[in-house]
Formats: sequence, C-alpha cells, structure tokens
Amino acid sequence: MSIEFAIIILPILVAALVPIFHRYLSKNVIGWVVLFIPLCLFIILTTYIPRISNGETFSNTYEWIPSLNINITTYIDGLSLIFSLLITGIGTLVVFYSIFYLSKKESLHHFYCYLLLFMGAMLGVVFSDNLMVLYAFWELTSVSSFLLIAFWHHRKGSRAGARKSMIITVSGGIAMLAGFLMLYAMSGTMSIRELISNVQLISEHSLFIPALLLILLGAFTKSAQFPFYIWLPDAMEAPTPVSAYLHSATMVKAGIYLVARFTPLFGGEMTWFWVITGVGLFTLFWGSFNAVRQTDLKALLAFSTVSQLGLIMSLLGIGSVAFYFGYADESLIYTQATFAALFHLINHSTFKGALFMMVGIVDHEVGTRDIRRLGGLMSFMPVTFTIALIGSFSMAGLPPFNGFLSKEMFFTAALSISTLDIFSLDSLGVLIPVVAWIASVFTFIYCLIIVLRTFTGKVKPDIKERDLHEAPFGMLISPLILVGLVILIFFFPNILGRYILKPAMTSVYPNFSADEMTPNIVAWHGFIPELWMTIGVIIFGIVLYKTLKYWKRVYNLIPQRLTLNSIYEGFFAKSEDISGNLTNRYMNGNLTNYFVYIYAFFVLIVAGYFISSDAFVWNPLSGSKVDHYELILVFVVMFASVALLFAKKRVTTVLINGVIGYSVAFFFVTFRAPDLALTQLVVESVTTALFLICFKFLPEIKPETSTKVWKISKSAISILVGATVTIVGLAVVNYDKFPTIATYFEDAYELAGGKNIVNTILGDFRAFDTMLEVVVLFIAGLGVYALIKLKANKGGTDVEKSE
Amino acid sequence: MESLMVVLVGVLVSVGTYLVLSRNVIRIILGTAVLSHAVHLLILTVGGLKTGDVPVLGSSKGPFTDALPQALILTAIVISFATTAFLLVLAYRMYKTNGTDDVSELRGTSDE
Repeated sequence: MSIEFAIIILPILVAALVPIFHRYLSKNVIGWVVLFIPLCLFIILTTYIPRISNGETFSNTYEWIPSLNINITTYIDGLSLIFSLLITGIGTLVVFYSIFYLSKKESLHHFYCYLLLFMGAMLGVVFSDNLMVLYAFWELTSVSSFLLIAFWHHRKGSRAGARKSMIITVSGGIAMLAGFLMLYAMSGTMSIRELISNVQLISEHSLFIPALLLILLGAFTKSAQFPFYIWLPDAMEAPTPVSAYLHSATMVKAGIYLVARFTPLFGGEMTWFWVITGVGLFTLFWGSFNAVRQTDLKALLAFSTVSQLGLIMSLLGIGSVAFYFGYADESLIYTQATFAALFHLINHSTFKGALFMMVGIVDHEVGTRDIRRLGGLMSFMPVTFTIALIGSFSMAGLPPFNGFLSKEMFFTAALSISTLDIFSLDSLGVLIPVVAWIASVFTFIYCLIIVLRTFTGKVKPDIKERDLHEAPFGMLISPLILVGLVILIFFFPNILGRYILKPAMTSVYPNFSADEMTPNIVAWHGFIPELWMTIGVIIFGIVLYKTLKYWKRVYNLIPQRLTLNSIYEGFFAKSEDISGNLTNRYMNGNLTNYFVYIYAFFVLIVAGYFISSDAFVWNPLSGSKVDHYELILVFVVMFASVALLFAKKRVTTVLINGVIGYSVAFFFVTFRAPDLALTQLVVESVTTALFLICFKFLPEIKPETSTKVWKISKSAISILVGATVTIVGLAVVNYDKFPTIATYFEDAYELAGGKNIVNTILGDFRAFDTMLEVVVLFIAGLGVYALIKLKANKGGTDVEKSE
Repeated sequence: MESLMVVLVGVLVSVGTYLVLSRNVIRIILGTAVLSHAVHLLILTVGGLKTGDVPVLGSSKGPFTDALPQALILTAIVISFATTAFLLVLAYRMYKTNGTDDVSELRGTSDE
C-alpha cells in the first residue's frame, strides 16, 4: 500500500474507530488524540513540497474493479498538493480550536468521527485520478457535511439546513456523475490524466458540451455558485469549527478544484469560459451585495464566502482563455488569472478561517452573533479584535495583508480580459472589470461592518451585564496562526509562489513553461489602474458604509416570494402536496382496488410483452394424448369452478371447493404422482374441515351488492388474468429448447439412498427447501395461535369456552 | 393433454381472480385456494405429463416422469394449506375485532 493511499485511508479508519473506542478515552483527551491525525498527515504532505516543486508527480494504482476500468489511482501533483495541505493544515487548526470551542457535554465522538470522515473523503477527492473514485469521495464529502451541519440535530434549523445542503450538493453530484459517464463514453477511459492527454479525440464529440455543462453543475452546487448558493447560509447552523473548515476553507473549494482539474480538458472552449466567468462574476457580486444586509455574523461570512468563491471561479474562467491561444506569449497573461485564483484560494482559506474562528469566539464569550446586539467589544477582547481587523482588511483587499496581493491580481486579470476580442468579448468584455469593481466595493462595506459593528461603538445594555472578557488562550491560537500567515504571505508571497503555486500551475497548464507562468509577486507596482481601482473601492466603500441606512431600501425591491429560498421551499412544498394528493387518490385504503392495480399491471406487462414479442403458441395436438376419463375430470373441474361463482350458500361454496381439490388429487393420480395425490387428499379434507369450523364463528355470506359496471369489469379483469396465464402456460408447454434436468435425480439411489425420487428430492437434494417449508408452517401455526389465544385474553370473547 | 390442462388452469385462475376481487372475506380465501390449485396443476403440466412411469425406482425400468415438479408441488400444497389456515383465523379475528366480514369496510387508521 502506497503512502498516498494510506493518507486517504487513515482518517477514515480512525473515524471508524473513534465511536468504538471513545468510551475508553476521557472527553478531555479525545480531541487531542484526533488532533494527531491531521497534524501527522500535514507533516507527511509537507515532505512532498520539495519534490513536487521540482516537477515530480506521484502516482499509484490499486486495482479495485479492473473489469469496469475502476481503479483507485492516487495522483499527487501541484494542484492536489495545495488542496491536501489546506485540508490537513486548516484541519489541524480547526481540530485544535474545537477542543476549546466544544463543550465537554457534547457527543464529541460523533463530531470527530464525522470530521475525520470528511477529511479522508476530501483528501480522496483531490488525490483521485479515477473519475468514479473521485465521484464516490465527492458524495462522501456531501454526506459528512450533512452529518456535521445536523450535529445539533435537536434544532429544527440544523436539520433543515443539513437537508437543504444534501439535496442541492447531491443533485449536482449526480449531474456530475452523468458528465463523467459521458466522458467515459467518449474516450473509454476513467483516468483524468488519460482524458487530458486525449483531449483532441473528444473535443469534437457531440457529447463534449453536455458533459462540460453537467460537470460544471456539480462544481457549482458544491462551490455554492449562483443560484445554488442558498444552501451555504443555512449550513451555518453547524458548529463554528465546521463552518470554518468545511464551509469556507475546504469542501466548498471542491468545485474550484474540479474546475481547475478539468481546465486542461475543457479550457479554450467558449461555453466553458462564459459559464464559469459569468456565473463566477455574478456570484461574486450577488454574494457581496447580500452580505451587506445580513445581521447574523455567520450568515454574513457565509455570503462573503459565496462571493469569494465566485471571485476564484471567475478567475479560473478567465484563465481558461489561455488554451484558446495555445502555448504562446500572448496567452501567458491569461494564465496569470489562474495563478491569482490559486493564490487567492490559499489567502481566502487563511483569512476566512480566522474570521470564522473569531465569530466563534464572539459567540462563545458574548452569547450572540447578531450585530444588532453587539458593539464595543474592542476594549474587552483586544486580541479577538486584532484577528477580526486583520482578517477583514485582508478580505477587503487592503495592504499589508495577503488579500491585497490577490485582489490586485484579480483586477489585472479582469482588465486584461476586457481587451480581448474573441468569444464576443469585444462587446461584453468591458462588463467584467466593472462588475469586479462594484463587487469589491460591497466586499469593502461588509468588511467594515464586521469590524466596526462588532467591536466599536457602545456596548449594548443586554450584553453589558455579562462578564465580558477575552477568550481562553487555547481558542486564540488557531486564528492567531492564520492571521500570522495572512501577514507573512503578504511579505513573502514568492516563497509560496515558487514552491506551492508553480507546480500547481503546471498541473493546470501542462504544456506551458512553469517558470514563465510564475510571476514575481510584488506589492507595489506604481500608480497603475489596479491601484486606482483599489483606492476607488476604499473611497466609495466608506461613503456607502456611512450612508447605508439611506440606501438600505434597495434590498426590499425583490419581493419575498421571488427570493431563491422561497422558490426552493415552494418547490418542495408544492411537490409534496401534489404527490400527496395523487397518492391519496389511488391509495384510498380499499384493498380490492389494490388488487385491481396488481392484476392490471400483471396483464399489461406480461400479456403486453407476449403480444409484442409474438410468443403465442397454439398447438393442441402436441404432448401426451387425452384419455376419456381425463376429459371427464377436466369438465368436472371446469363445471365446479364456474358453479363456485354462482353458489349462494357458504356451505355450498366450500363443498364445491372440495370437489375441485379432490379432482386435483385425481389428476395427480393419472399424472403419475401418487405422493401428491395422497398429500392433496389429506390437505383438502383438513382444509374443508377448517372452513366449516370457521363458519361457526362467521356470519352467512351476504349477496354481493355491487354495481353492474363493477361486476362487468371484475369479470373482464378475471378473464384477462386467466387468459394471460393460459398463453404463458401454452408458450412454456410448447417450449423444448432445454433438456430436462430430471435425469440427474434418477440416480437417487446412488446419490441419496432412496428409491422414491420425490422423497429424496424433498429429504436430501432440496432438504433446505423442506426445512424452510417447515419453518413457514411453524410461523403460520404461531400466527394462528397468537390470533386466537393471545388477543382473547385481553377482554375479548374466550374462544376455547365458546367452542 | 398439456394444452387442455393449461386451458383448465386458465379457467381456474379466472375463477380465483374473480373470487379474490369479492368483498366477502370467505370468498377471498376461497379464491386463494382455487388459485393455488391452479398453480399446482400448472407446475405439473409445464413439466410434461405422462412422460414415463411413477418416479419410484425399482417399480419399473423407466423412463420416469419428471420428479422435480412433483417435489415442488408437494412443498407448495403444504404451504398453501398453512396460509389458508392462517387466513381463516385472520378472517375470524377480523370479524371479532371489527364486526364485519366485508374488506371494503376496512380502511386502515387515519395516522397510517
């Protein structure tokens, strides 16, 4: 087993062990034990950095279902390394933070089990080269996210949020699966690397664009792009460490990963460019615009995550243009967009992780995260304030924080793409930097809201009574490490660029020179348009923040019933109503109706298939010849059965049933089946006796009072069912393609030591059947006993006495 | 003979189906009994009729009729007896509890 495979399996394995062994661990220790896993994995993964940055990749295949082309192939290159470092690195910090955040009364073993399960699944997503394995891990992240959002499952909101995220991400996942299958149908390979090397073969295929769109559907639902983002704000019902980990730093970036991974395959395609850039930019704007109106700090951060994911997504869209030109000097500038995307991905994980942990601290210490009730916390919580300040200003794109660098690069990319004249960019291209700039203004406003509304101003009276103080040191360590990174990356961005981002660029652009694509990141470029844009953002941001209460009415322009959330909820309420009505219409509790459905489908499917396949055979002279006494028997049974329908008295009906039963026994005699005849005679006698006993307790059969229509349709159904059985029977009787297997049993004496073949089959060859038959008899006997005896003791009439 | 028997089975199935669609519980149980007779005859028929002697070794030199359908039917007879007995007791309990032998009056409970 390779190390890469072990990296995926280890968290999942520990996730399975935690619920079993947690009772041997104290609640104080369990978090520390779990912490060991991501920390180890992080250290192991850092050892890959030097080799990966030298251009090496690591691949291992473990055969799983080779006949279906499904093998677990782990593949580590620059791109997967970035994600795996984020997963394990942020994972370590989050587990550490959660040790102090979660109360010891919570069911910690569940929490850590789900968290580790997620970690393993997410590592599986980024390390898998096989499409099907990637898909399996992808859905596993959805499942673990579902479990983590519903961690406080006694809350209605948690359950609703969990269900919403599950429905949206899993639907997208299924679309993605369909896209993957189309890729497989086109190329015959499940390996992403082989797909990329065969890109010419599939790019002309008619399924190419459908596959592209379906895969994007999976990426957009997972990465909370418009209009699928609605699950992310509701996912904030999860404990804050989960929000910091899954719903800002890692899982929601799976869609980004997928887009980056498939860029070499789909890049250069106009649909790919416009869908990703368009959806990304609109999400960027819509998320930041809506973040401003939020009053819950976590919801605000959720919308800001939506917006930042849109930013990264649109950068990847812009970066894909480079494939249109191929490897040339003019395309290098577009690769810089992808570089900015990957750079911002890391930056976002650092500052957003810190901000979520900051909100967790505020919630933990003050007891609320509603900004209308918060204010003036700066003097009580100076360290938390510092974290909030650094995180927010980095997100707003201010120096000296890493967000500034990636935001400048984003502006550069937006400006450069607007001058292109392919993909009808000459008319629409100018919109890209405009939308980018407007969204940045709103980003700046909500960043101000986070810092100023929470930490400055007056302390509100209802929280003043609480004993406000700084959070315990343990809770501050993780966010402090993250904001430390925020500043470090600003001052030393090129270390990151050289060792982490450069190999990832090679994964996205395999044919380009890595050195040329890796820019020297500097903070100061002189007075270029990007800087003026940032200055404009700051000025307009401050003005709009100050005048917020005057233009806040804008948010009421969209009526409540047209919001995406009410459309989503309306859709489910409506479909529940409709299906409920529909089901109640035919499942009305009348058992006879259910029989009619069963018979109707039986006739439709069986007879329908027979007619369509022309399998009807009528060959009355085949088989054995008819003796005259057999003919008499046939007519007796036919006459008796028809008479059964017209019998009025119940005693008559039972006696006629006896006639049929005894005639069947005669048939068994003539057809050389003496055992059957004997059994049939005994059983028929006992059955008739049973019926007669039962009549003592049941009323006389009333004549059926039913409408003429029902009587006719009942007869029609019966005749159709009988006819269906007849044609099937005739087809089977006249079918002689297979030799009989009965000769095997004719060696019964040698094989089973018995001369009666039927008996040896029952007692030896198929003894298990007989045993189970006895079990059925036994269960029926128990049922009979229970129905008669046990119920009668509970105040009913005593059966034994009345007999 | 086989074709004739299949037609007979078809008649029995029609009668059984008609009875099962009744409202009276006794008629429904009778319907299931008739249906099981039909199925037994059908299994025996599709295995081929009178293709040889009684399948007891030593009673003749052979060939013997197919013993496998007979074994299956033997099991089926016993099980259909068990279900008939169970259904009869169920009908009795249904009448005791609900005071009716008309299945159209059984509509389950509202919380189902």
